[in-house]
Amino acid sequence: MEFDVNIIVTTFPLYLRGLGTTLQLVAIALACGMLLALPLGVIRAMEYPWLGRMVGAYTYFFRSTPMLVQLLMVYYGFGQFKWLQAQWDAENRFWLLFREPYFCACLAFSLNTAAYTAEIIAGAIRNSPVGEIEAAKAMGMSWSLRMRRIILPGAFRRMMQSYSNEVILMLQGSAIASAVTLNDLTGAGRTVYARFYAPFEAFVFTGLMYLLLTFIVLGLFKLAERKWLAHLRPRGA
Amino acid sequence: MWYDYLGSILEGAWLTLQLSLLSLLCAIVFGLLTASARLAPVAALRWLAAGYTTVIRGIPDIVLMLLVFFGGQMLINDVAYRYDLEPIEFNPFWAGIVTIGFIFGAYFGETFRGAFMAVPRGQLEAGAAFGLSSWQVFSRILVPQMLRFALPGLGNNWLVLLKSTAIVSMIGLTDMTWLADQAGRSTRQPFLFYLIVCVLYMLLTACSGVVLRRVDVRYNAGVVKGEL
Repeated sequence: MEFDVNIIVTTFPLYLRGLGTTLQLVAIALACGMLLALPLGVIRAMEYPWLGRMVGAYTYFFRSTPMLVQLLMVYYGFGQFKWLQAQWDAENRFWLLFREPYFCACLAFSLNTAAYTAEIIAGAIRNSPVGEIEAAKAMGMSWSLRMRRIILPGAFRRMMQSYSNEVILMLQGSAIASAVTLNDLTGAGRTVYARFYAPFEAFVFTGLMYLLLTFIVLGLFKLAERKWLAHLRPRGA
Repeated sequence: MWYDYLGSILEGAWLTLQLSLLSLLCAIVFGLLTASARLAPVAALRWLAAGYTTVIRGIPDIVLMLLVFFGGQMLINDVAYRYDLEPIEFNPFWAGIVTIGFIFGAYFGETFRGAFMAVPRGQLEAGAAFGLSSWQVFSRILVPQMLRFALPGLGNNWLVLLKSTAIVSMIGLTDMTWLADQAGRSTRQPFLFYLIVCVLYMLLTACSGVVLRRVDVRYNAGVVKGEL
């Protein structure tokens, strides 16, 4: 058995398209997830009695079930409801989106990463130094000003490390998109395997692409840390 | 009716649980080996372990699984053909366990490494001074004391491992996700069955939490915590 590099060379365009899909999915999920997670994380940290508990239930559900099941639930599961089927028959533009695997993957991934990110944000807010909050109050800052200028900037700095883990988990988690017929990077690998019956060439190359992406993400976070966590760098470094 | 499938899904849940527990065992073995290698005095071992943790943690589990499942049988056949042996039939259940164990061994290795380093060196030196062999020092002094530091990380990794067993359904193992998929197709009630799977996963997660807290108390016995 030998490793046939020609297979990878001839199918390279396929991999590039897959790479594009993976990057889009991850970017959309992370952006939407962050938008959703920000208010949810603040609510969770503020410990509003009812609202906080509801957000807690949401994050608990998404963090204690596999993302694959969540994805299948959105794409295949929702079709069970007669009401949704009626909307599809009526060609309602919005509800037809739920038949698009791309939309379903974005939705499931966004909700999933939002749950994890909300907990990360809430944890970072809870760890705000008491002195900073007291100082802000003493300066007469309102709640929103305090949040914007003191608490959130500090929280974002504190959560950098755990958020980088979440981004990498999202990148690798997105590999299940091929379960709903999407041709992402893993989907490209599966196509190449099916076409040439060459598992090593197909999946080793897929793995290397993911490895490269992971290193790029880690490098970007290193740069971000150098900029925003400059005050924590050891002296003389 | 939908409840006719409940028994089969519970059987799937049993398979999921077996798969996760055996993978956990496998991952702990790989993790301990990796952590020991990363702290070994031999540079080659340290490099090997560091390479393993970096590469495995940078590749999605589904890709590694596809590689093992589709590549594994081919490799076995090839080796058998070359050396004129009887080809062994590839068992997807055990292959799944070893693959998941191999993947999570990389994560466990990092957890164990940190925990090993947290045990004071004097403890190990005292063990050696008492004439214990290096295996005795490892099993009686290092492991019981490092577990306290490793447990929070182990608990997190276990929950991630438990959830990632769902992807074995993508390569045809009949775990609860796969069975729910089939039941959903034949009853045309996929949402209901996915929801049942979610509830079962949440149940497993909740039970793990209870067990983990118990174990945590056990291994933190006698540790004095300061009042904040």
